[in-house]
Amino acid sequence: MAVWLTEQSRVIVQGMTGSEGSKHTRRMLASGTNIVGGVTPGKGGQLVDFDGAKVPVFNSVGEAMAETNADTTVVFVPPKFAKGAVLEAVDAGIGLAVVITEGIPVHDSTAFWAHAGAKGNATRIIGPNCPGIASPGKSNAGIIPATIAGAGRIGLVSKSGTLTYQMMYELRDIGFSTCVGIGGDPVIGTTHIDALAAFQDDPETDAVVMIGEIGGDAEERAADFIKASVTKPVVGYIAGFTAPAGKTMGHAGAIISGSSGTADAKKVALEAAGVRVGKTPSETARLMREVMTA
Amino acid sequence: MDLYEYQGRALFARHGLPVLDGGVATTVPEAREIADRLGGRVVVKAQVKVGGRGKAGGVKLADDAADAETHARNILGMDIKGHTVHKVMLTTTADIAEEYYFSYLLDRANRTFLCIASVAGGMEIEQVAHEQPDKVVQEPIDANTGVDEQKARDIVNRAGFPEEVRDQIVDIAVKLWQAFKSEDATLVEVNPLAKTPEGRVLCLDAKVTLDANADFRHPENAEFEDTAATDPLEQRAKEKDLNYVKLDGEVGIIGNGAGLVMSTLDVVAYAGEEFGGVKPANFLDIGGGASAAVMANGLEIVLSDPAVRSVFVNVFGGITACDEVARGIISAFDLLEQRGEAVTKPLVVRLDGNNAEEGRHILDSAANPLVERVDTMDGAARRVAELAAQGA
Repeated sequence: MAVWLTEQSRVIVQGMTGSEGSKHTRRMLASGTNIVGGVTPGKGGQLVDFDGAKVPVFNSVGEAMAETNADTTVVFVPPKFAKGAVLEAVDAGIGLAVVITEGIPVHDSTAFWAHAGAKGNATRIIGPNCPGIASPGKSNAGIIPATIAGAGRIGLVSKSGTLTYQMMYELRDIGFSTCVGIGGDPVIGTTHIDALAAFQDDPETDAVVMIGEIGGDAEERAADFIKASVTKPVVGYIAGFTAPAGKTMGHAGAIISGSSGTADAKKVALEAAGVRVGKTPSETARLMREVMTA
Repeated sequence: MDLYEYQGRALFARHGLPVLDGGVATTVPEAREIADRLGGRVVVKAQVKVGGRGKAGGVKLADDAADAETHARNILGMDIKGHTVHKVMLTTTADIAEEYYFSYLLDRANRTFLCIASVAGGMEIEQVAHEQPDKVVQEPIDANTGVDEQKARDIVNRAGFPEEVRDQIVDIAVKLWQAFKSEDATLVEVNPLAKTPEGRVLCLDAKVTLDANADFRHPENAEFEDTAATDPLEQRAKEKDLNYVKLDGEVGIIGNGAGLVMSTLDVVAYAGEEFGGVKPANFLDIGGGASAAVMANGLEIVLSDPAVRSVFVNVFGGITACDEVARGIISAFDLLEQRGEAVTKPLVVRLDGNNAEEGRHILDSAANPLVERVDTMDGAARRVAELAAQGA
């Protein structure tokens, strides 16, 4: 089963012929992902050889879907062209669009999010500015290194890429059903709540690690959702307790404005919802280990 | 990027919004020149990105140009809540009969844009929303359909603006939306939006925040960048394409990935509590690649902060291989020595993940007395805090 991405997923890569796109297509193929095509306008008809795997290039997402039955796209298109690429994927009606690109203007991400909504949310968007989604041993759509951890029964949802890797590494002996990197931008397609709901319903997931950071109120809203609708154990971590107000900490969305978006407020909300919150990544991993070995 | 009022006013003027005539000055003679040009009564306003400047004496009404010159002399160089005033804006004045509020902003929680309008302006909108919630109208704005005249009229009618100013405010609402959208703003706020006794509606303040991710679409807005007010180290880091934020502690921090670096700041601050309260000196994310050159640039920036007493290099090798990071650290020492900036402060390095064993071996073999290796993030944080405390 896993969440959103399984061994059945048929994956295309938008921007596959670019440097990032080709580097990561090779890695995704090596981890067993079923990559059925790439999309680069004007380069349709070519075949790209990735260590013996010949992957066809199409001019559009629609064409790629018609030819390959693709149901998932991974977007590596540069910020300038990312909005067009995501709109194209949504218009083609693909089920899952994983947007890796960092630095997309928020007017563009808000526009493609609104467009997906107008199309009845037939396309789940993950990202932008995210490491992607990995169901270890099954499929890997994005840039999460497949070698960090194997398959298991923990679900992970995180705003941060490297903290995702750190947590996977600390719990690599237990393993993960699916790890979802939702991204650090102010406007993202898939939220902590979406992932928590999916993990709650996934028979292959026993418990969830949720990693948040300063900025916005997504973690507070996730806490409300956990209280109301999640019965599986959830362990949390929040980065940025010591971050000063008014400074953007790397991620476009990681900023405390006034009193809103602080790590403390998020921790308090999560703990009130029964979530055990670790003080450091290692302590958080230890809490999850207790849950899984109890 | 938050704009100064004078920059917001210029941006509003560019989009045809009604603002008062004026100019900005960095010196007293410049201020005098503007006051002479404007003639008559003028307002002199300190340009700082902090609230409460009126109370601090940073906003003064001048009867004539000589008076304006005196006020400019007093206000330039003034300290307002830790912000030094480097510029003053001078504008003509307007009598105010009524004050309203109008803004567009990004609504993160609902992943859409929001219009807020109120007939009660001139004070903080949060206060109005709290005390007179019936006087605040909030309307979600679809990113793709935006605000046309019909939508603007709906908002203006719902907000209950007086009949005689509705047409003017509809026009302002449409133009303000166009400014918000075409400039890639995440906030445009007019407070007060004022009605004069003659019935004219004017934007008397302009609060604008622009999205840095959209800079590539707006080369003309690069002039808004305030290099004078930026921390000099942050400025240098930016020129080297490094994501650096200056903080006020003693432990230099270098890591890969925004989340991991934020987490490193926390872990070091916790550890610092055991060692006399030492704190992180900076945030520096060197990103995925972490080549020797990037590591050298990063180290150079972090070490040129005189407050730094020890440095924590915290890398998780996801895509990055730790052996490359280790080689990067060693070559960074050589590079910095060649640049005449030899490293003299201790480094604590924690490498985990991809090729960690090899990376650790490389560092151990190099046996640089300034480089200490600790295998866990928490342990390394404790050690680097201890070194900073010893270096005091």
